[in-house]
Amino acid sequence: MATVPKPSELGKVDHRPPQRPWTETTPEFRPGTFCYGAKAKNLDVVGMPNPREWNPADEDWKLPDDWKDITLKGMEDRLNKFRSFKLFMDICVRCGACADKCHYFIGSGDPKNMPVLRAELIRSIYRKYFTGSGKIFSKYAGARALTEQIIKEWFYYYYQCTECRRCSVFCPYGIDTAEITMMGRELLNELGCGIDWIMGPVANCYMNGNHLGIQPHAFKDMIMFFVDEIEAVTGVRVEPTFNRKGAEVLFITPSGDVFADPGTYTLMGYMMLFHEIGLDYTWSTYASEGGNFGLFTSHEMMKRLNAKMYAEAKRLKVKWLLGGECGHMWRVINQYMDTMNGPADFLEVPKSPITGTVFENAKSTKMVHIAEFTADLIRHGKLNLDPSRNDNKIVTFHDSCNPSRAMGFFEEPRYVLKAVCNHFYDMPENTIREKTFCCGSGSGLNTDEFMEMRMRGGLPRANAVRYVHEKYGVNMLACICAIDRAVLPPLMNYWVPGVNVTGLHELVGNALVMKGEKKRTTDLRYEPLPGMEEEEEAEDV
Amino acid sequence: MNASQSMVFSLVAVGILVCLPLIGVTAGMTSLFGVIIPYAAVVVFFVGIVARVVRWARSPVPFRIPTTCGQQKSFPWIKADNLDNPSDTKGVVLRMILEVLLFRSLFRNTRLEFYDGPKIRYASAKWLWLGAIVFHYSFLVVFLRHLRFFTEPVTPLVTLLESVDGFLEVGLPRLYISGLALLAGVTYLFLRRVSIPQLKYISLPSDYFPLFLIFAITATGLLMRYVFKVDIVGVKELTFGLATFHPVVPKGIGVLFYIHLFLVSVLFAYFPFSKLVHMAGVFLSPTRNLPNNSRMVRHINPWNYPVKVHTYEEYEDEFREKMIEAGLPVEKKE
Repeated sequence: MATVPKPSELGKVDHRPPQRPWTETTPEFRPGTFCYGAKAKNLDVVGMPNPREWNPADEDWKLPDDWKDITLKGMEDRLNKFRSFKLFMDICVRCGACADKCHYFIGSGDPKNMPVLRAELIRSIYRKYFTGSGKIFSKYAGARALTEQIIKEWFYYYYQCTECRRCSVFCPYGIDTAEITMMGRELLNELGCGIDWIMGPVANCYMNGNHLGIQPHAFKDMIMFFVDEIEAVTGVRVEPTFNRKGAEVLFITPSGDVFADPGTYTLMGYMMLFHEIGLDYTWSTYASEGGNFGLFTSHEMMKRLNAKMYAEAKRLKVKWLLGGECGHMWRVINQYMDTMNGPADFLEVPKSPITGTVFENAKSTKMVHIAEFTADLIRHGKLNLDPSRNDNKIVTFHDSCNPSRAMGFFEEPRYVLKAVCNHFYDMPENTIREKTFCCGSGSGLNTDEFMEMRMRGGLPRANAVRYVHEKYGVNMLACICAIDRAVLPPLMNYWVPGVNVTGLHELVGNALVMKGEKKRTTDLRYEPLPGMEEEEEAEDV
Repeated sequence: MNASQSMVFSLVAVGILVCLPLIGVTAGMTSLFGVIIPYAAVVVFFVGIVARVVRWARSPVPFRIPTTCGQQKSFPWIKADNLDNPSDTKGVVLRMILEVLLFRSLFRNTRLEFYDGPKIRYASAKWLWLGAIVFHYSFLVVFLRHLRFFTEPVTPLVTLLESVDGFLEVGLPRLYISGLALLAGVTYLFLRRVSIPQLKYISLPSDYFPLFLIFAITATGLLMRYVFKVDIVGVKELTFGLATFHPVVPKGIGVLFYIHLFLVSVLFAYFPFSKLVHMAGVFLSPTRNLPNNSRMVRHINPWNYPVKVHTYEEYEDEFREKMIEAGLPVEKKE
């Protein structure tokens, strides 16, 4: 694995394009800038085409003989299935408004990371084979013949896009590069040219219910470990149930929360909250993954993985679904789930058993976001909160791409945040809400071999954090996304040392005053609560 | 192709297009350039646009994928942004009106400022928006003003437009702001394209060609009106003849007019096959013209098909023993 250059080196970015036209440049598969290819065994698990051992850095990609036909047929098929794809191939005027909006372009200066050029990579092929003018005028009409080199270029740049949709906010026609990247990746996957960091989790999720491939007994064990942890901090023993029929609510969160810090503290926060309000809920080991790396593979794979949520809800005869903090999971739930795997007519319109609030905005999908749920609890005064327990945390909030630009989820998490901590400062306006910057590792690119590009892509986000870090002393970056929780800590270490990362419900867990709790001296990370530093030391001795 | 090749190619193309009527009309082909080509161009335009829209419309919108640029609708006590994140048709219509008429998304534009350190700032950048507004609206006004040539008596709308457009009341004939604004707009769009390195890098011949073409159309129009006068009575006779399907070709209209008319014809015919179809396409963009209500109302995908899934039964079959051992409930004990 390549070592990542120092921040001072990586921070020197030249945004001026090279002399050679982009049609004549080819990507250099340099370690740190691309992800490993999908392994045959993972493709086999889910029955995806052209499984083989291969390496993107090799000259020979072992493409199937009819790779060109597959690609062009695949394009035609998708042009006929997705108006978005067809329209976005035709209407771009190359005004360049999107160019400097992409975090990868900002951090790398590579002109093909400008969303407009990323789209042109496939648009030029579209013109050549699907438009009259492209067939006749060829390069004069901006058309290119499809070559193996272009497949490699697609791989390089469609796995250097996190499908964050920031560019589509600024596009005067709403052209969404995520759509184009999704099509590009679908075509690549038809040739067996996916990346393993996506296909591994896909295969695991398909067979075992979650990205890590955690088996049912181990999943339970891991959660029970955090039950002990909660007890150690609060003195309260929470009692989660698993695969329990007849529970009112099925709770699904990304599996990252179950196994990796700091997501695990968020997991503790969820369980403390549910215990405190007496929510009748169950976990599922079968549907033990909120995230959906199918979204980063193909629409079909997204549907295949997502199907478990409704299937399990039906089997367990729950009334409605509650979803944890996750970015792309919520894009799938908000914009795809009901269409793909609904109608969920076997469920009831979600109603908070504590406040009686009916979640009208989820009346068809029947799935509620945990931050909505908690905001409603707080609004109705159902939680006893002591925000001063978070007083040593000066917090800012990272709007995750998908809840922001595929949902519009801005005020609910902020409402919760302001109720559970006293020091909250937003980052500058151009870097939050619908204009938020990606963590740089979304859409399945959160792998270590891609670290250099991750640090580059995360630079705009880190830069905005540094601004509030220097101005207000912010030392905690809150987020509602499992990938964020996994990737923002290294990003902060790299660009803005001194800023930690937390999930929203970790802060809720800290602030939540539970019935029967012992005198708390630490937060969920076993770090002393404000004012308890000495007691902690005394205890340690 | 690099930027200069693209520009030269487009420039030469427009140059040839200017020469064609120049040669043709001098050689006496006035009916061809005055009647046949304009008719053909208008037919190509309408048929082409309709075909294009039908082509788009034939592909379904399988998923509701609006780009949400404001707060979603959730609780009554959280103010939803129905304009940038519409949850109903009314909001969508408003969003589209602002998008189409005021270029709202473009108004958000910022400019990256990257300093050593690294330190990044995002500066306000409304020039593109302003340039686009000036260009499109002046073009619209110029277009509408030309209705004078196709109606008799001239519709009051055109007369009103002319009086507003010529409010400066200078020059003879009276100076219209829109003509100059259009020239300025198209010049700005061109200068912008060649002076911003990234933009120059992404530009294709098909980006320069319409700019040069529109520049040439505007320039010939301005020249005709203010400098080299053509026989305006003859022009109206010809254009009105076209509009009433009784084409006549009066003699003695200057060749400049035929060049202007031919370039306009080319623009019409080129329109449906070029990026200029964004005029129609913007209405169909699924990231803008759909409400963000997919959790409230189920969106139907016409080609939704069953997929292979790993069922709970298969899952339990694989893990049953481990599940029983861990105290997890199972469907089948054996």
